[in-house]
Amino acid sequence: MADLAIETHGLVKTYGDTRAVDGVDLAITRGGVHGFLGPNGAGKTTTIRMLATLIRADAGTGTVLGYDISSQADEVRSRVSLTGQFASVDEDLTGSENLRLIAKLYGHSGKAAVRRANELLDAFGLSDAADRQVKKYSGGMRRRIDIAASIVVTPELLFLDEPTTGLDPRSRNEVWDIIRAMVDFGTTVMLTTQYLDEADQLADRISVIDSGKVIAEGSATELKASVGAGALHVRVMHRDERENARDILVRELGVDVERSADPQGLTAAIDDRGRVTRALSALDSEGVGLAQFSLGQPTLDEVFLALTGKPVAEAAVNEEEAA
Amino acid sequence: MSTYTGNQEGEPINEPAGPATTAVSTAVDMSAAPSTEAAPQADAIAQALANTERPPRPSALSTSVTFGWRALLKIKHVPEQLFDVTVFPVVMTLLFTYLFGGAIAGSVDGYIAYLAPGILVQSVLMITMYTGTTLRTDIDKGVFDRFRSLPIWRPSALVGMLLGDAVRFTVASVITAVVCWFIGWRPAGGIAGVAAGVLLLLIFAFALGWVWTFLSLILRTAGSIMGVAMMVMMPLVFASNIFVDPSTMPGWLQAWVNVNPVSHLVTAVRALMDGVSPGSDLTLSLMWAVILVAVFGSLTMWKYRDPK
Ligand SMILES: Nc1ncnc2c1ncn2[C@@H]1O[C@H](COP(=O)(O)OP(=O)(O)O)[C@@H](O)[C@H]1O
Ligand SMILES: [Mg+2]
Repeated sequence: MADLAIETHGLVKTYGDTRAVDGVDLAITRGGVHGFLGPNGAGKTTTIRMLATLIRADAGTGTVLGYDISSQADEVRSRVSLTGQFASVDEDLTGSENLRLIAKLYGHSGKAAVRRANELLDAFGLSDAADRQVKKYSGGMRRRIDIAASIVVTPELLFLDEPTTGLDPRSRNEVWDIIRAMVDFGTTVMLTTQYLDEADQLADRISVIDSGKVIAEGSATELKASVGAGALHVRVMHRDERENARDILVRELGVDVERSADPQGLTAAIDDRGRVTRALSALDSEGVGLAQFSLGQPTLDEVFLALTGKPVAEAAVNEEEAA
Repeated sequence: MSTYTGNQEGEPINEPAGPATTAVSTAVDMSAAPSTEAAPQADAIAQALANTERPPRPSALSTSVTFGWRALLKIKHVPEQLFDVTVFPVVMTLLFTYLFGGAIAGSVDGYIAYLAPGILVQSVLMITMYTGTTLRTDIDKGVFDRFRSLPIWRPSALVGMLLGDAVRFTVASVITAVVCWFIGWRPAGGIAGVAAGVLLLLIFAFALGWVWTFLSLILRTAGSIMGVAMMVMMPLVFASNIFVDPSTMPGWLQAWVNVNPVSHLVTAVRALMDGVSPGSDLTLSLMWAVILVAVFGSLTMWKYRDPK
């Protein structure tokens, strides 16, 4: 089991009456990106802070890279890095000073600290801003200096807490590129996000968390498959053909077919894609004209709705519109 | 999307960095930047990661000193924070000397000899309270999360912060001493005596700082930390022998003043600055400093594991 990057059993953290984390079991393998997906207030930050030994669990056990998070916290700390949800650098200091500070705290001499700081500032495209106070950085630059500070000494495992929340689309892409570069190198990344497309883009496996509990786990594809293979949408040429078309589809697909708000539209959840072709040719041979049809993969939005019975956080939706 | 316009430091490589295309961003930092350098570079990041050099774990002293360096950098970047250590002592000294000088000692000249060491102690002890609010702000901003996630001797972030504060306290002491000198204070112990007194004061202030670090870990706002700190400081500073000789006080108050650690500190500092032997008051002051560190240092570190 030492091969697991993170393993937890029944982690719990309560704040007053709030069960922020309510019995989380995780088994995360080394390498790649593990997505921790959930709406605002789901318990993502609290879980990550327990794993990074910043706060102590009220109940449950956890190991990170094989070390116990309560009894071997120091071993954990020397192997992992955390980029918090809110800037975990000193805003009053310059970018360069921040990196030198961290480098010195890891034991680098003054000279080596300067060398390492410059190397990272270059890599993260921050050389020109090196001597400016971080509070004068843009949102994207802050994120980059924050991530740079997390790899001053290369960690085996990196926690990234909502690294792209509040970023404009281009800065977000830059952060994604940085994460991909780290994964290519072999660093394990645990990434929390409220954004379904982000988990979809980056994560090999995803744990969906809601109200302090992990409610689903798997790859993006598996999660999508768990709510069916997708949905078939058809639009008949004439509205008086809809009932006829519906009968044919019910017969051929063997599932319920819903009438959509559009008087010519029909929608069916599919679990066997093979039957779709047959159903469509049946419509054709029985003379039902189709204006259009589409077969869609379910989105993670639909997954979320199916799992929790409620739509994803407003914020995530807004962000997608903005993008 | 509103953040986008101010964030064009990463121009695409093949786009000419003409002022016409980036009218808004030129004000930010395009002027000197060759556009190819401003975006993160995947290969450079991979290279930086490949540098897996792990320096030996630094000592507790070394990390504490590094955090002290951070405190000095903050003073450099936010010099306003020296305002309270400069203005406050000057105002206090002038106010108390001229307000009470005539009434208590008959003359300002006579009073300053008695008051100067005490007002030095008061100035420094009062500004130790800012340690608590500064730490609270740091914790709220998230930067302590990073410090706490590092594999270092845990108290060093706080020790370093208190070491940095010692610089501010030294500034306050020097300013207060100079003001007192202008008023007419001529301590018999000379520079050496004053320096010895200030050193003792700094040791006590460092110890008292742990009370405020603890408060800032159990209280959520800077305002409430300041409020509680004031409640603690008032009886310590004002019900002491800083301003008046306790022999003029009613018995119950004398009883308190005589056990008040600040009274021992003031007596010891006075003796050192007057060039006489501080005797048991020096021992008692140092003993109190040890007790404060032992009790509130432990409480602080216990809370530091899991702050609010
Ligand atoms: N320090 C705290 N004190 C009180 N409640 C907290 C604290 N931290 C988190 N919570 C509560 O715990 C729940 C989970 O929070 P969090 O882990 O931050 O969620 P997420 O990161 O998924 O948005 C929320 O209801 C939040 O209000
Ligand atoms: Mg969070």
